[in-house]
Amino acid sequence: MKELIKKLTILNGVSGNENKIAKAISEMIVSNVDEIKQDSMGNLICVKKGNGKRIMLAAHMDEVGIIVTHIEENGFLRFSALGGINHFYSLYQKVTFDNGITGVIGYEENISEIKNIKLANMYVDIGCKSYEEAIGKVKIGDSAAFTGDFVCDGNRIISKALDDRCGCAILIELSKRLKNCDKEIIYTFTTQEELGLRGAKTAGYSINPDVAFVLDVTAPGDTPKSKPSPIKCGAGPIIKIMDNASIINPKLKDLIIETAENEGILYQLKVSNIGGTDAGAISLSRDGIPTASLAIPCRYLHSPVETIDIQDVDNMIKLVESVLNKI
Amino acid sequence: MKDNLKTLSLFSAPPGREDFAANLISEIFSKYCDSVTVDNFNNVCGIKKTGIENSKKIALYAHMDEIALMVTDIDNHGFISFISIGGVDPRILLSQEVIIHGKREVYGVIGTKPPHLQIDNESKEIIIEKLYIDIGMTREQINGIIRVGDYITFKGKWIELQNNIVSSKSLDNRAGVTVLIEVMKELSEDSLDSQIIFNATTQEEVGLRGATINAYTVEPDLAIVVDAGFGDMSGLDKDETFILGKGPAIGIGPNMHPVLSKELINYAKQNNIPYQIDVEPGNTGTEAWTIQISKIGVPVLLISIPLRYMHTTVETISLDDVIASAKLISGFIRHIQGRLEELMCL
Amino acid sequence: MLIKELTLAEGISGDEFDIRNKIKTEINNNLFDVFTDSMGNLFATKKEKKESINVMVTAHMDEVGLMITLINDNGTLKFKTIGSIDERVLASKRFFIGPQLIPGVIGTKPIHLLEGDEKKQPLKAKELYIDIGCNSKEQAQQLVQPGDYAYFDTEFIEMENQMIKSKAFDNRVGCSLIIDLLMENYNINLQACFTAQEEIGSRGAGPAARRIKPDCTIILEGTTCCDVPHTEGHNIVAKINGGPVISIIDKATIANRKFFDFVTEIAKKNNIKYQIKEGIYGRNDSAPIQASENGIPTIVISVPCRYIHSPSSVMSLNDYNETAKLIKALLNELNYEIIGG
Repeated sequence: MKELIKKLTILNGVSGNENKIAKAISEMIVSNVDEIKQDSMGNLICVKKGNGKRIMLAAHMDEVGIIVTHIEENGFLRFSALGGINHFYSLYQKVTFDNGITGVIGYEENISEIKNIKLANMYVDIGCKSYEEAIGKVKIGDSAAFTGDFVCDGNRIISKALDDRCGCAILIELSKRLKNCDKEIIYTFTTQEELGLRGAKTAGYSINPDVAFVLDVTAPGDTPKSKPSPIKCGAGPIIKIMDNASIINPKLKDLIIETAENEGILYQLKVSNIGGTDAGAISLSRDGIPTASLAIPCRYLHSPVETIDIQDVDNMIKLVESVLNKI
Repeated sequence: MKDNLKTLSLFSAPPGREDFAANLISEIFSKYCDSVTVDNFNNVCGIKKTGIENSKKIALYAHMDEIALMVTDIDNHGFISFISIGGVDPRILLSQEVIIHGKREVYGVIGTKPPHLQIDNESKEIIIEKLYIDIGMTREQINGIIRVGDYITFKGKWIELQNNIVSSKSLDNRAGVTVLIEVMKELSEDSLDSQIIFNATTQEEVGLRGATINAYTVEPDLAIVVDAGFGDMSGLDKDETFILGKGPAIGIGPNMHPVLSKELINYAKQNNIPYQIDVEPGNTGTEAWTIQISKIGVPVLLISIPLRYMHTTVETISLDDVIASAKLISGFIRHIQGRLEELMCL
Repeated sequence: MLIKELTLAEGISGDEFDIRNKIKTEINNNLFDVFTDSMGNLFATKKEKKESINVMVTAHMDEVGLMITLINDNGTLKFKTIGSIDERVLASKRFFIGPQLIPGVIGTKPIHLLEGDEKKQPLKAKELYIDIGCNSKEQAQQLVQPGDYAYFDTEFIEMENQMIKSKAFDNRVGCSLIIDLLMENYNINLQACFTAQEEIGSRGAGPAARRIKPDCTIILEGTTCCDVPHTEGHNIVAKINGGPVISIIDKATIANRKFFDFVTEIAKKNNIKYQIKEGIYGRNDSAPIQASENGIPTIVISVPCRYIHSPSSVMSLNDYNETAKLIKALLNELNYEIIGG
């Protein structure tokens, strides 16, 4: 699993520009499914045919990043956020463009109070001295991902884009294990989740499953003076009872908890009213789809050093596999 | 009507667990509707059929969910932390009585620190994360009974004030559901051209969710949404509130169909039914907002029952307004039979 | 001039009757099926059908304005804004209210009587009121009522240098472009939709897209441009005389990349000067259309306009003409391959 997650996180796939990720996932999943297609939003939809219930498993391919909005006369770039980026996380970070160019984020130093700083006071330095030089390398609308090496340290994995490449990796692994399951399973890799669950809206409508499971990541409460939460890294995959976009279908909740308890799989329950996942969009598709949102605890979300515990990933795979066998 | 309203308001039905009340509402609907169904979001849908083929569908909406809380953590001493579901004003929480819906119902109190122990700035802002529920049990006793994710609802009391005014919890929007029941009673013997579909919807307080998926299935030709509107009280501008007892407020503005809302106002005038005007320049904050853009668009009417102290446990309304709302809606439905197509034209 | 007629017509979100009728008269010939839905969207489809891609071109009809919420005891009118209006532009302006177009003004305290820092404080809509010259609530009630819409009273002026000024270039400019487009023939099936209620959240667009179910959609808009003093380069967004503005991204959508690249290619091929919208600003009908059902590829092409959402918006006819050229060229070359059919 570690290698699989690494392969996906090192690629760049900022919201709106997920094609590289879609291509890589296609190659990894092709032998486990019957049909692969992409819709007009770029969602990658991989169908393993079967009988009985149609089950949708979803994870989003996109990561947060930046988009070039202006090129200055002196060759520096101005940018906006794609997805929820914390201003402080951006300072002095390296970013990488699709064509391999590295940029560094600096800020206007005459700002007197650094606490007042906004993204609009920052710029990307790609080492160019003029507009002409810069326009040869990047253009308005190009997006760049933060650079954040993949580091494995025991059970800890540190990397950018674990949100939600680890969800994607789990889906790929499940596709191997569920190859001979008799149900119809649709592995859906969505786009633009970080911008407001955009890919999921059309994916939910076109797939119209009987039930859906969304795999994402969510913040734990196990770091010094963090927002209070009983969630811990390593204490098991999370069943999200409620977030700001959806409330879990109660029957699915009972099924998942029962399965975890019967099989002795660690799990945690999370309740919050901030943060939302693709479940919010999928559950409201057509005449309503029973949906469950599951998550891997992940520290330092939307930073280049997102951190998870691989045991949570292993347990998530076990849990979803068992639940799917029971539905 | 008063008994229905009282029973319904005291029931617990938080967003996501409206099944707690769906059975009761289904039962009541079954008395007056030809068929009743409950979908997988717990929306209860009662249909009054018509013998006419290709008939128009008039759908009435009232949400049955109420604002509530949810367990986020249980500390080592058995005190329970929680967050809000829907718009809960933290200032009403001190000293509130609640019911936790665990394996069984458990009664609790939201405690407060005694004033003489409060540090200077503590008494100022009330932060939900710092509040807790005291159920008088130890951590060990709680195990197996209450867990993270359990729902918490407010314990209310039905009180009758002067002038046919009553106070209870969840009158937003059990009053609306009661109006629907009164309308179905009133129309139960009628043979109408259109199918009337009564919908007690869910998860309105967390984003109009039940109505969104219900409208997809029902595909109404006309939707009439009944909800609570801000009742008059000092400290609020006159153009933001409605007077209790002066009748339901009829919504006008881009969220409502201009021709049909004018027709509704004229109907009320001509039939001496008390009404007020609700001027809405944009999002009405009700299910009308999501239903209007369902599929290829739905003409919507909004009727608001004046309600004071919304989202508290002492919501206050006039029963006269409930009666007038039901009279207005049932009369209007009869009035537009055979004319809906023409009235929908812009 | 068509753009003059269209900008002077009235049509605040939810009350598009006047502008809708004006547009209907302009396209009144029997080449089109014309239909209005229950939201107020106006559809015009060429009767002659081709074996080709279905392209929907949209522009919203509605403009921002005010709605009367209450008549004060002294006969003045309280109001709320419809759509987002910078409340600072309301002071010292003229309006027409209600179906009878009763004239009214929003005034302010004389400067002579202002104290201290009052001059520096911009006025909020809540503090303002419209004066129609009545002495009492009873008198005012004869003429206007709560729920009436209030429109900017503005004149259409031709300025120097092909520049024009009026209200509602956002988005009568788009409506005008579509009416022009409809006069010609293309290789594709063109479905025009003049949407309702965009300014309060792109309300008409979703139902319109789900009725038409096009293969792709071109959204025409009047977009903000800030090429004005005291604006740093990266805040300008778009420039007058820079040509049609093509959007890669705005607050609610990212353009379909293939579609976007195709549009810029067509512009280059036809020697049409164009600009790319800089910065993530504004939202428009593309969001609900792109998210409709199975998803519809969209692109937003706009005419740059200064001071949108005010009674004195300014734009260039050069930009209008170049935009019209671009869209016509585009319509003749769109095919299934481009939008990934």
